[in-house]
Amino acid sequence: MEQISKDFSELSTQLTGMALDLEEEMRQSKEDKLDLSPQTCRRDSVLSGKEEEDVTMDAWRMHQKHVFVLSEAGKPVYSRYGSEEALSSTMGVMMALVSFLEAEKNAIRSIHADGYKVVFVRRSPLVLVAVARTQQSEQEIAHELLYIYYQILSLLTWTQLNHIFQQKQNYDLRRLLAGSERITDNLLDLMARDPSFLMGAVRCLPMAAGVRDAVSASLQQARAKSLVFSILLSRNQLVSLVRKKDQFLHPIDLHLLFNLISSSSSFREGEAWTPICLPKFNSSGFFHAHISYLEQETDLCLLLVSTDREDFFTVSDCKRRFQERLRKRGVYHALQEALRTPFYSISQVGIPDLRHFIYKSKSSGLFTSPEIEAPYVSEEEKERLLGLYQYLHSRAHNSSHPLKNIYFTGPNENLLAWVTSAFELYVCYSPLGTKAGAISTVNKLMKWIRKEEDRLFILTPQTY
Amino acid sequence: MEFLPLKIADRKDMAQRKMWKEMTVTSDGHHLNPTYVYKVVLLGSMAVGKSSLAFRYVKNSFRETMPTVGCSFFKQMIRLETANIMFEIWDTAGQEKYHSVCHLYYRGARAALLVYDISRKETFNRAKLWLRELEKDFLHDEIMIILVGNKTDLVTEREVTSEEGKEFARSKGLLHAETSAKSNHQVTDVFMAIAQKLLQQEQQKETMPVQSQSWKKSHVDLRAPNSNQIKKCCKS
Repeated sequence: MEQISKDFSELSTQLTGMALDLEEEMRQSKEDKLDLSPQTCRRDSVLSGKEEEDVTMDAWRMHQKHVFVLSEAGKPVYSRYGSEEALSSTMGVMMALVSFLEAEKNAIRSIHADGYKVVFVRRSPLVLVAVARTQQSEQEIAHELLYIYYQILSLLTWTQLNHIFQQKQNYDLRRLLAGSERITDNLLDLMARDPSFLMGAVRCLPMAAGVRDAVSASLQQARAKSLVFSILLSRNQLVSLVRKKDQFLHPIDLHLLFNLISSSSSFREGEAWTPICLPKFNSSGFFHAHISYLEQETDLCLLLVSTDREDFFTVSDCKRRFQERLRKRGVYHALQEALRTPFYSISQVGIPDLRHFIYKSKSSGLFTSPEIEAPYVSEEEKERLLGLYQYLHSRAHNSSHPLKNIYFTGPNENLLAWVTSAFELYVCYSPLGTKAGAISTVNKLMKWIRKEEDRLFILTPQTY
Repeated sequence: MEFLPLKIADRKDMAQRKMWKEMTVTSDGHHLNPTYVYKVVLLGSMAVGKSSLAFRYVKNSFRETMPTVGCSFFKQMIRLETANIMFEIWDTAGQEKYHSVCHLYYRGARAALLVYDISRKETFNRAKLWLRELEKDFLHDEIMIILVGNKTDLVTEREVTSEEGKEFARSKGLLHAETSAKSNHQVTDVFMAIAQKLLQQEQQKETMPVQSQSWKKSHVDLRAPNSNQIKKCCKS
């Protein structure tokens, strides 16, 4: 008991310590701050040789969002910044907090102090903790932590994870996750700048409906008995997805697959064949995924998910057949053409005050959004815009007070959110417009989306 | 023993069949040569350079690679005077979480490159463990094992001496080589040596069937599962 209260006080001093640093940081010039941004501090090297930050440094404390994963025995599993070893005592304190409240038949969800949110997510046998000074709500941070949990499951399966800790409570899970930290790092970076995760939806590569249909038909024809999903994507944008009848791919699983592919350049060479668990589909077993790029110098990546780990050559042949069909149908060139314009400009919509929007179709789990243009040029500005959307999203989806319509006036922009049972729309206007003006243009925007929907979305999903 | 044209046709592997056809048409004088398909697997700890070796051999270039996810598959054709050889190279991930599926990748392999990093002693010890795994799954003459000390470009940080590697390889009846995928030292040579050796075995088998080959074994019936294994490799 004494130990725990000591740990408590240690933690609280640490938290205030960070806040003091924050104040100091505010006084420093902007350039200095840039150096401390997560991007520059990211571990860029690969394996054990990854650059570890000194966890006693201010720079370490200044990160926008820390994420820690630990086992129930308090053993470090993952830390976004800094080496896990150096943080083992910090993680011990976290575990102490969790178990102290559990002993009282209660559960700790978050601590709010000095602009920081410390959010806990408990998924036995793991505990996930985020220390964030972003504008996100507790709910959203917890949602991101869940993604990290699913990411770990996708590497190990829930069954294996549980089995390991049942066998040995103080097992060092880092042994099994070694070499995969960058996948988790990449996921966290992606979540900070890609609205897909916030929306719980996937973005499609805009292209003529005819081309997409031809691609889907080619994918559909290149089937094999063991195939469950055939997915063609380009840089985190979906081109086509064909699935087995009655089998559905959850957006979270699709995000994990996208993240896996974007986190490693190793798929660019040869053909990869890897066990992967899709936790939302089935957290107890592995699929086998065949991952390869269609050509050396393209971003088109083909992902074939099979139930049979022995089926490499059959699945590999599906890829060849798919490519052959593409060529026969003569759509390969049109596909390459579509890759050249992966984003459309907001000016195409033709509404003067409109800066940006996100439209999510709930039934399909797909969303569309134009390129982020001026004034959101720098990475910081882009993340700030995403932050505003996050704020609106959290207000709209607040579990105790959900909202359907929100109009938000800020110093640099005005925003509007509209949530219905069929769609969600988040719009960003210049700060000079009025509320009435914004509302009147929403209809025009919706009309434009309707007109373009067969280019922006996949309207007729294919099955084998 | 197994000739590619037949086997490939069995497998309906069009890509390979095309390659073979092209060969018969274009490569004058070579078209009568038999083509053998061999599965070669790269095994070893994380970050010893397995993917880099494969990459150097197949693409003849080098880049800092990311850890392999699961396994990468490459094909490489070699044309020798008397035969053509198609290597199916399985480059496995060194990460521990993939160990449980590793046997999947090396099953039916005719050659294994056991790779270690000469600048990290623990990877050499790990290679010894890998050898034990292989010995469990293969009979001695079923698979050719080459112990490969990679990263000779890091010679100043060497922790495993050349002699140590050689001595261990000799005691276990393995081949040994030191390479550098980065500075392109002896990479192709290793694969060529494998090709030559496997071809030699093939020719021996053709000229002196069963008994003389398996002099080490007392029972001829031991050959039965063995040759099945080989067939599997070509089909797999």
